[in-house]
Amino acid sequence: MTSPTSEKAGGFAGLAEGDRVAAQLYTDPEIFDWEMEKIFYSTWVWVAHESEIPDAGSFKMSHIGLQPVIVNRDRKGNFNVLLNRCRHRGASVCEVPKGKANGFTCPYHSWSYSLEGNLRGIPYPDGYEGVTEKRDLPLQRLRVESYNGLIFASFKTDIEPLEDFLGDAKIWIDRFMKQGAGFPVKVQGEHKFRFNGNWKIQLENTTDGYHFPIVHRSWMASVDAETADMLSFMTDESAVTHALGNGHSVAIMVPEHVDLEEDDGTEELQERFRHIIDELSETMPQDQVRRIVRSMHGAGYNLNLFPNLSLSMSFFRVLRPISVNETEIQHMALGLDGGPESVNRERLRIHEHFQGPFGFGTSDDSEAWDRVQRGAVANPDMPILVNRGLGREVTVDEGWKTSHVTDETGMRESYAMWKRMMSDEN
Amino acid sequence: MKTETVEEVAAIDNRPAPVPFELGLGRLSEPLVGRAIELIWREAQLLDDKDYEAWQTLYMKDGKYVIPVDPDTEDFESSLNMVYDDARMRHMRVTRLVQGYSMSAVAAARTSRTISRFTVEEITENTVTLRSAQVLVGFKRDKFQMLGADLTHRIRFTGDDARIELKLIRLVNSDSAVNASGFLL
Repeated sequence: MTSPTSEKAGGFAGLAEGDRVAAQLYTDPEIFDWEMEKIFYSTWVWVAHESEIPDAGSFKMSHIGLQPVIVNRDRKGNFNVLLNRCRHRGASVCEVPKGKANGFTCPYHSWSYSLEGNLRGIPYPDGYEGVTEKRDLPLQRLRVESYNGLIFASFKTDIEPLEDFLGDAKIWIDRFMKQGAGFPVKVQGEHKFRFNGNWKIQLENTTDGYHFPIVHRSWMASVDAETADMLSFMTDESAVTHALGNGHSVAIMVPEHVDLEEDDGTEELQERFRHIIDELSETMPQDQVRRIVRSMHGAGYNLNLFPNLSLSMSFFRVLRPISVNETEIQHMALGLDGGPESVNRERLRIHEHFQGPFGFGTSDDSEAWDRVQRGAVANPDMPILVNRGLGREVTVDEGWKTSHVTDETGMRESYAMWKRMMSDEN
Repeated sequence: MKTETVEEVAAIDNRPAPVPFELGLGRLSEPLVGRAIELIWREAQLLDDKDYEAWQTLYMKDGKYVIPVDPDTEDFESSLNMVYDDARMRHMRVTRLVQGYSMSAVAAARTSRTISRFTVEEITENTVTLRSAQVLVGFKRDKFQMLGADLTHRIRFTGDDARIELKLIRLVNSDSAVNASGFLL
């Protein structure tokens, strides 16, 4: 690829000006190609949750940008992220979405690899005598680090430690995992769908409180009054968005559920969970029942981790760029690993109500994102506005730029990171 | 040239003989089955017409309408589904689809579905369970989409009345990406 500076007057940085970004960011295939290089192949990208690969030999297929990877747990309990590409002729060595294996064997000429990616066997090896050494041809291994159950990988070998990249988002990851109410959080199923739009349209959506009552009016009308009331954050001044640095942001919709371990006892448990409350009360002390039921809708906020993961109240939302105008989304339902079966079932039902291709919320989000892509081709030089709340943005003690949850502080944070990564000096 | 029986062919490879295919049971022509198929086709027409209020009257009060994610699961209660509706959820879903607030429903594709390849799973005194194949063609904003599914309907008969007790929709791509939709299957 040629230098972006030679292709774009002023480079890509000029296309993102803080409170507005050029619509070309959604429509230009060349920008998309550079985003894969400069963002997805240059930073930490989320690939799996530890609960998805629970045992030695457990694996799942995943992606970093456009490239297919295998995430597994080896016999020593370490996580490996391997490019899903045989070193011989390039065939994928795994096409099973998830499962258990001792290693991976290419179906084309049977080159076989260990869980760590080492090349263990080449059939009829005499043809390779003096030509190649097995130890020189492992599956390509990426850097892997995990934080509180979240596994990230990077193509970049000299990248900063994951914890430094996550920075102030770590506090919010820790709080998010408290929805396990003492149990580890586990993935208990996922919805997958695609929309005809650029990946950044979804990236913006997670900390966009402004769209919620409009796009999700029909969902709001379908839930009980207590749930609707819980999410009536439009005029709640304590519902805010913080920019956390490195492109990460958090949008707080239910301030009283920011830290689920803090309970002053005044909050009434939702009557819709009466059957759960009654069942749990037979064997559990009241404070533990409260702890579990208060966590039923998840944490009180959406945490956006640049570039591809959201910890979104009670689920993970993962984005995968397919092309400049197509994106795949996974909505992963979370449950309590080892927790009460009735609670996990209730969480599945809550997830189904909003999420997924036939959910009451996802369908409308997806339609809105499609519409952004369709409209943005009309004069792609005309900017997309992310300036809501700029006049009321403050910096709080933690150093986070902060504004109301309906403001576009989170988007500005994402685009500031986009600009930094897409600039030549990075 | 001698034609071998299926048992003889299986014996060559030491395979167990297959269960003989029973042709001509004639169950498709049984009166209850005919009525069940008519109900299923009536349902398909109401869904293509997006007459959701009439559609929900086809269901038993305790009837289930299910679109699972896992292609093999029978335990819908403990699995994540795309849809797992009892009467309450169906009612809310219909309200959402017809009230005009849902932009995906307002902009939903026009659809035409074909249901065929009926086989009889079970007939009891009051119920008929049928499996079938559904091909749905949708059209929206100059693009066609196609969805294929295996359907199971259990229809319960009470006197002259026939209602759907279970509709199970196993999409051929259920565990892959299924695009969001403002219409029902």
